[in-house]
Amino acid sequence: MNRHSILRVVAKLMIPYILLFALYVQFHGDFGPGGGFQAGVIFAAAFILYALIFGIENGRKVMPARVNRILLAGGVLLYCFVGLAGIFLGSEFLDYNVLGPTPVAGQHYGILLVELGVGLTVSSTMIAIFYVFAGQDI
Amino acid sequence: METVIGLFNYWIVIVLMMAGFYIVIAQENMIKKMVGLSIFQVAVFVFYISMSNVFGGTAPIAAEGFTLYSNPLPHVLILTAIVVGVATTALGLALIVRIKEEFGTIEDDRIRDMEEHGEESEA
Amino acid sequence: MNPADIFIDIFLLLLMAAVAIAIVRSHLMFAVVMLSGIFSLLAAVLYVHLTAVDVAFTEAAVGAGVSTLLFLATLALTHVNVEEKHKPVRVVPLVIVTATGAMLIWGTLDMPHYGDPEAPANKHVAPRYIQESPKETGLPNMVTSVLASYRGYDTLGEVVVIFTAGAGVLVILGRSRRRRRPGVNDEDGDNLEEERA
Repeated sequence: MNRHSILRVVAKLMIPYILLFALYVQFHGDFGPGGGFQAGVIFAAAFILYALIFGIENGRKVMPARVNRILLAGGVLLYCFVGLAGIFLGSEFLDYNVLGPTPVAGQHYGILLVELGVGLTVSSTMIAIFYVFAGQDI
Repeated sequence: METVIGLFNYWIVIVLMMAGFYIVIAQENMIKKMVGLSIFQVAVFVFYISMSNVFGGTAPIAAEGFTLYSNPLPHVLILTAIVVGVATTALGLALIVRIKEEFGTIEDDRIRDMEEHGEESEA
Repeated sequence: MNPADIFIDIFLLLLMAAVAIAIVRSHLMFAVVMLSGIFSLLAAVLYVHLTAVDVAFTEAAVGAGVSTLLFLATLALTHVNVEEKHKPVRVVPLVIVTATGAMLIWGTLDMPHYGDPEAPANKHVAPRYIQESPKETGLPNMVTSVLASYRGYDTLGEVVVIFTAGAGVLVILGRSRRRRRPGVNDEDGDNLEEERA
């Protein structure tokens, strides 16, 4: 893909905005359409675009497979720990009311963290699946 | 006429479901079978979302001046189901890639023939 | 119910049905995959029309984007261009499908009509979510608050399913590369070895 300079330049311009948009969707999902699932996929799309244009080996340098696998499990664990935090603070599993000074604030923290966990897992799953598919050279 | 309008969404959903079902049972190419499954899946999604819609309702994001909202519960169920659907589709496609490596074909009937005649059937 | 809304609804649904039939009839795999992407985009437009904005967002990103990409990657890996034995009509499956569809359509005759606010599906817990969730969680987007808070267990399960599917893909395809070329120390193989140790 070295000769496609238009693709390379446009991709370089697009990728930061795709990442920014993913973060917006992630953290603004409480107020408008969006949330962890969508943000995760958009975040992954930026890495996939990079790997498509600049080659899979360069893609692996940007997001090493090992880091990606840690994030893959980390998202699920973050979700579980938010649930367990509810137990340790004296309530039930996944009860966010006790996470903050008031129930509404607690709900806000809980939902933000849980969505972050969802976003991490979804994005690293999509990146992992793409890398594995693209890395096959039959 | 009112019955037709009131049930039209469900009828098309059934047409889509049956199109997906037909691909899965009648056609042999495995990638096409996965496409058929995803058509079936989308049909179920459309069914849920159609049921959640309320005439005159707006999207379930609370705002000043609106009192009538669509039912948010099916939206939640389907939103997660879409992402789970693509993850499981990827798993199916990965299996197809492995089947191609092992058998040299992804046509269901040819793999069945191979297994019956015992050529290269070990996985 | 506004006639324009009904028209858009029927138009989109008929387009989706047409695309689905085209997928059934086509034997060129590239065309099938592209049509399935179009099908997903039409579904996303339909969800916007049915006021399910979050779902439409997800479908556009996932269904039309990532899953089309994965299908294309699979086509490239398996070198499949056309179906080998394409029979446009097979009688027995067609009879089964028609009979099942006819029974399902007969079943819909008793269903509450589309858009009916009094339908049982819109009664049970939904009014409570709509009225209480903005106050209880402080978030205007009811879908997010139901997803992450009221149905947190459900979403946890879904995330675990996604994790498992991702891990499954890594197990199925990550290993094959190493096994096929045992002598070659490629990067991916090295990573796997290091992590085992």
